[in-house]
This record gives sequence, structure tokens and C-alpha cells, in this order.
Amino acid sequence: MPVKILMPALSPTMTEGKLAKWLIGEGDSVNSGDIIAEIETDKATMEVEAVEEGKLGKIVVPEGSEGVPVNNVIALLLEEGEDGSSLEGVDVGETPISGNGSTLTAATSEPAVAPVLKPTPSSTQVPAETLADRPDKRIIASPLARRMASQAGIGLDGLTGSGPNGRIVKVDVEAAITADISTPVSALAQTRASITESTPYEPEFELETLSTMRKTIARRLTESKQNVPHFYLTVDCEIDDLLRLRKTLNEKANGTYKLSVNDLVIKSAAIALRRVPKANASWTEDGLKFFKSVDISVAVAIEGGLITPVVRQADNKGLETISAEMRELSERARDGKLGPEEYQGGTFSISNLGMYGIKDFAAVINPPQACILAVGVGEQRPVVKDGALAVATVMSCTLSVDHRAVDGAIGAEYLGAFKRLIEDPLNMLL
Amino acid sequence: MADQKFDLIVVGGGPGGYVAAIRAAQLGMNAALVEANHLGGICLNWGCIPTKALLRTAEIFRNIQHANDYGISVQGASIDLKKVVERSRKVAAQLNDGVGHLLKKNKVNIFDGWGKLAGGPAGSKKISVEKDGKKVADLVAPHIVLATGARARSLPGLEPDGKLIWSYKEAMVPQSIPKSILVVGSGAIGMEFASFFQNLGTKVMVVEVLDRILPVEDEEISAFAQKAFEKDGMQFRTTAQVKTLKKNVNSVTATIEKNKKREEITVDRAILAIGIVGNTENIGLESTKVQVKRGHIETNQWLETGEPGIYAIGDVTGPPWLAHKASHEGVICVEKIKGEKDVHPLDISKVPGCTYCLPQVASVGMTEVRAKEAGYEVRVGSFPFIGNGKAIALGEPEGLVKTVFDAKTGELLGAHMIGAEVTELIQGYGIARTLETTEKELMHTIFPHPTLSEMMHESVLDAYGKAIHF
Repeated sequence: MPVKILMPALSPTMTEGKLAKWLIGEGDSVNSGDIIAEIETDKATMEVEAVEEGKLGKIVVPEGSEGVPVNNVIALLLEEGEDGSSLEGVDVGETPISGNGSTLTAATSEPAVAPVLKPTPSSTQVPAETLADRPDKRIIASPLARRMASQAGIGLDGLTGSGPNGRIVKVDVEAAITADISTPVSALAQTRASITESTPYEPEFELETLSTMRKTIARRLTESKQNVPHFYLTVDCEIDDLLRLRKTLNEKANGTYKLSVNDLVIKSAAIALRRVPKANASWTEDGLKFFKSVDISVAVAIEGGLITPVVRQADNKGLETISAEMRELSERARDGKLGPEEYQGGTFSISNLGMYGIKDFAAVINPPQACILAVGVGEQRPVVKDGALAVATVMSCTLSVDHRAVDGAIGAEYLGAFKRLIEDPLNMLL
Repeated sequence: MADQKFDLIVVGGGPGGYVAAIRAAQLGMNAALVEANHLGGICLNWGCIPTKALLRTAEIFRNIQHANDYGISVQGASIDLKKVVERSRKVAAQLNDGVGHLLKKNKVNIFDGWGKLAGGPAGSKKISVEKDGKKVADLVAPHIVLATGARARSLPGLEPDGKLIWSYKEAMVPQSIPKSILVVGSGAIGMEFASFFQNLGTKVMVVEVLDRILPVEDEEISAFAQKAFEKDGMQFRTTAQVKTLKKNVNSVTATIEKNKKREEITVDRAILAIGIVGNTENIGLESTKVQVKRGHIETNQWLETGEPGIYAIGDVTGPPWLAHKASHEGVICVEKIKGEKDVHPLDISKVPGCTYCLPQVASVGMTEVRAKEAGYEVRVGSFPFIGNGKAIALGEPEGLVKTVFDAKTGELLGAHMIGAEVTELIQGYGIARTLETTEKELMHTIFPHPTLSEMMHESVLDAYGKAIHF
């Protein structure tokens, strides 16, 4: 009996979506973990991963179909030993799913009921409006360009098309092939080449296949470093007052909460954005976006990569709420149970490596956001106070800034506001 | 005389010039067009269009002579040359009117007269327009597009006199059908006239200085064409040169040298079709930085000349001398001036060439030999008309469709055809080349049955050893 592949729900509220693209065709073999389709909602595009193996017997819902109800059969997967004849008589009408089967996490925990799919983020942390701006994630390239690129081992996603409407054509691929080694495109190709064409001197290794998350990280951060003109601003913040405040508050908690330094950093970063709204921005071809709400993405390391759950309207939330939300989001992030609405659409990012003892670092901007704050460890350092050496707990923070959206002066103003809040946390009350 | 100001002035109203002017007007520019003779240029008045009218007559006459093969008995079919020429002129006149309407509809200001560059204020160029020796207007614009076209080339000793030795112009309006004609030059123009007169019953000989006729076409096509013409009785002298043309009372005696041997041939008329030279004289180029080399204006890929603000398009810029190339250049030139997006330089390898002799010849891209010279490893496919149902039903079983692919990438490097209606078919391969399809997309394309176009499919399949019907 062929396995029914159902339209997955990408979020608890999703009732229908667009089947944007089939990445495999009828007759193709599917292994567990293969990405087989892309699904779009008004909020996000998701890649759909197969969790069973077999052969794609029949595509029931063609690509480009809009308004496909959740849990409708979108394709049929033939299991081992089945052939086309097994498809006959399979009911592909709407398959009601019992109980809580409508969200993907619940669905995957009920494999018997068939949603053999696990949507995985195709673009971690991308706010919905950016995806709407770029509905054509499809790469437009001529057949000849595609073939030449694949023969040369060059990815088309890094190329700029010179054909009509930016179509990638032969000359673009030729340019990439002959491009100087210093250009990013050929550098990428070089990297690829060095991965695939091992030299005889290379020591033995174990090759880990790339997960979707790893590919997403690679793609987005490469894109960011190549396309976003980064600059960096660093300040040292004395946090003795902040630590005292934290201690006082935690002592009054009676176990109902336990604030971390990071919770205070999130709150300070959010209020600083409210005070310097020009830093709460995003660059697009059509114009600069200045966001009306302050939604802080916080990088959380998880098995095999990282994800950035979002604390929405962090400027309006109390420390206790922020702390509780962060704890809950991090836990579910580690369990891989975040919905896309929980990690997409932030307006500013924080990456904190203080717990690893890192003094200072510069983070890669998380597009389409314009700023990411890299937070180091709070440690005792000698400082000069009133002309004399003294000891203070100092935390270095580096802001990476997209110069297209935010200039140096604005970035500096923002960091100043942040520093004032961190160093004198009572300011947060104002 | 007060200067009249425009955004852009086009000098020459042929298929390059009038298209450039219309496109400029479409883009909101105040455009002027200066034309000394006839809107539509040579193409429409004395070239492409009237010759197609003549060749249509030739084709119908040829079919009537084979009417019996189709089960029709026709007696006493004959040519009324006066009517044939009249029809050809009427067709040209109709289209000439049409171009005038198009220009007016697009609010292009037309100036009847000879346009000549005449300095101009800083940042502008002036064109003075003369008619019958009198100045009729002074026009100024920041952009001047020269589209003055070209004319038949003549060589010392090989000059048309309009009576016994014809250029294309006299050949187009003959008073009577010559018993014999010598055509000097076997390019598109030469072969079209050769074919026209041959089918009207004239005894035709063609002399070509290179080693084959239609020398820009693929070698296989040239050979196929020569055989087809010879079957109709046409004679050829290739690798041969006409040394002298001696005018007699009502005939011409040509001295032809081949392999250092000379022969003398006497014919009623000779037609010179030995190339084309740009109209670069008396348009005021002397006082500009515009470069003229070998009779043609030099331009860069955006049709800019050496003088800022002056552009040149079409035949005056050199080969290929084709109307559709001129028109396309006109559009590129104007869109670039206007700063439009997605403007691309002309790619000569995507300009199709058509010759409307019987059989027709059409091609786009590289010949097999050219591709090999360029270092490609090629895959060549070919398919004969005799394998195509529609061709046989039409009674046109002679012809060939040849395709040349890059073996490595599957790029369609070139396509070459000879036979009935191939001039209408070649655009399919033109689209394929422009869209950069590989053999795969062409193989996956469904060609309708029964059509001649199926041969285009089969030729591609044959390049990869998959032809079905041959």
C-alpha cells in the first residue's frame, strides 16, 4: 500500500498553503532526509523532508498549486516491492487526521497516520516580509548555463545573471569559470573543488553529509559575508551594577525565576533599539525598512548547528517574562520543536559566547537584519577610574552592522545607548 | 534658419533608421527622421521586399510548370513581365506608405531631404537638411543616429551602366526577359537574381571568386545548393574571376579567368552582386572623430562611433548586411541611449541569414567548419527532406536540415537549412539559441505532425544518434 504524503502544517494556525515546488519527480527514489518539496505560506517557505524511503509513485498536487488544505494528500510514495499498479484505487481525497495531527511535531510523532514529512526551515530566521519580497527563490538560468555550471562544479546561486530579468546565461557561467581566484564565486568553486577532489596527501576523514540546517547556515552566512558590507563597533561595558541588580532580583525570586546576564542584555538591547530606532532596520532594494516592533533574535546553539528564536517586543516585556520565554524557547529549540513563527522575523540579533569565556568576537550579520550584537564574557579587568587603576567587571560587546542600512554614527549612538543601560540598569525603568 | 531641437535625430529611413526612430518615440523621446529618398530604405523599396515579390512569381511559375505532377493540366502559361514588375513595385509602394503611417502614428518628425552633420552647439549636434540643393531645416539633438545604409560595390572594369550591366536596381525592373545572364557574385543577392531569372527561362551562369557558392553558408549547404541549381540548368564557375566585361551592341562579353585559363562568354546581360559598401560620403563625417574603415563606420558594441553623441547602425556599420540586424541595432542603440534596463549588445552568431532562391537557404550560428576552427568538438546532425512526410506531400523532397552542437555542453552552435520554406523555419533555432537551450530541450519539444518543422527535431535527434525517420 503506497504511503500517502500529506500537506504538512508549518504552524499551528496554518490551514492551507502553496505547494511551491517539487524537487523530485515521479519515479525518483527518495531516501529518508531527502528534501522533496517546497511549501510556502504567507509567512515562510519551507523545505519538506522525507522521513521514509521509497519511490515517488505519483504527484497528486502539482507544483504551483495554491490553497492546498493541510493534510490533503499531495503525493504517493511507493514502498519497496510496489510498482505503479499499487497506486490504483488509492484514495487521494482529503484525509482527516485524528486529534492533534495538524501540527508537524505532533504529526511526526504519529508516523502511522502518514505525514511522513518533516518541514525543515529552508531559510532560518528570515522574516516573512523578506520572503515575500523574494518569492522567486527559484534560480532563473538558461539550460545551457545550468549544464555548464554543473559541469564546472559551480553553484548557480552565487552567480549574478546578465540575461533578461537577471537570467543566468552562458556568459555568466563562463565568467565565473574564468574568474580570478580572488572573486567570491570562484573562491566558492575552489572550496567545493577542494572538498570533492581530495589530494593524495589528505589524511583520512569521515565525511558527514550536510544536513538541511548546515546547508542553510552555509548558504545564508556566505550570502551575508559576500553581499552585506559589514563594519564593526566595539564597546567595553562595566557590569558590576548590573550584576548587583541581577543578584538582588534573583534573591527576591523565591525560585519563580532566575535571571541570567543574557536576559538583561536582551532587555537592554531592546530598549536601546527603541531609543535609537534607526538601528532597528533592514536594507532592501526598494528602500530601508524601519521596524515598528523590537523583536530580538537570540542565537541558541543546538545539535548540529544553531537557531535564533525570537523574543517578540522585548522592549515592552519585563525581565521575568523575557527570562521565562528564553528558557522555554531554548529548550524547545534544542528539542527541534520550534515553529517557524518562533524563529523567523526578528529585527535584531544577539549572539552571546560569554559562557565559553570568549572575550570579544565579531558575529556575521543575520540577513535581512542590519545589526547583530556579539556579547563576550564579563570578567574582572583593570580599568582607569578618576586617574587611578581600579578593578571592574567588564563585558566587551561588538556590534556588526550592515553599512547599507545603518551608518557608523547611528551604530555608535546605538551602542552608546546600550552601554548606558547595561552600566546603569536602573535606566531600564525610565 | 532657427534650429529645431530634438532628443534624437536619425539620418536614414531604412529598416535600421525608422525602427530606431519609432523606438525612441515609444520611449518618450522627441525624435526626428531625415530621409532623402524613400521611407523603408533599400530593403523595402529596392531590396528584400520587391525581390520577394519577384521570387514569388518565379515560384508560382515553376509550380505551374510542374502542375501535371499534382494532377492539374495547365496549357500556355507564360510570363507577363510588365505585370510581374508592376506587382513588385506595388508591394514596395504599399509598405513604403505603411512605414510613413507608423512613423506618424508614433509622432516621429519626418524631414524629406539629405541630412548632413554640421557642427552644432556644445553638447549637441546639428544636422542640416537639404532638398534639391536648398537648405530646408536645421535640426539639433544630443544624439544622432546614422543609418545611411549601403550600396552595391563596383570594381574597376566591373561597373554597372544600367543597360547591359545591371546592379540590383536594374535587375529588379527588367523590360524584357534576357535570354542569358551572367551573375557576378554568388552571395544572397546574386543567387536570388540567378534563381529568379533561371526560373523565368533565362540561361544563367554564376561566377564566384571563392571556391563555392553562398560562401557564408555551411559547406554542405553550398554543395547541396549548387547541385540543385545545376539540376535546373544553371552553370557555375567557382574559384573564378571576371576580368573584364566588354559591352557589345545588345550583349556583354565577359572574360572569366579560372586556374589561369581564360574563357570568353557572351551573354545578353550581366548582373553585378559583388558586395556592398557603406554610404559614408557627404554626410559631414570629415569634421568629426567618426572612424571609417573599409567603407564602413566603426562602432563599439553599443553602436557608438568615435564621436560622442554620434551613433551608427545597420549596413553602414558593415556586415552582415541584413535588415533585421539593422532594426535590432536600432533598438539596442536607442534603448542604451535612454538607459533602459536589460539592453544587450548584438550577438552576430544569433543573427539568422536567409536567401530566397529556389531552393531557399537559411542559417543561424556557426557552420560546422567554423565551429571546428573555433576549437569545439562538435556533434552534427542532419536530416533530408526526403524523410519528411510533409515535404513529400508538398512535392518538395529536396533539402536538408543540419545542426551543429558543442559535444561538451550541448549548446546549439549553428543550424543550416536548404529546401522549401526553410526561411520560415529558421526562427525556431534562433529562439533555441537565444534561450540557450541544449539538445535536451529541443528533443523534448513536440513538433507538430505533419510539418516541415519535424525535420528540425529529427536533425537534433540525429546529432545524438536518435533520429527516428531516417
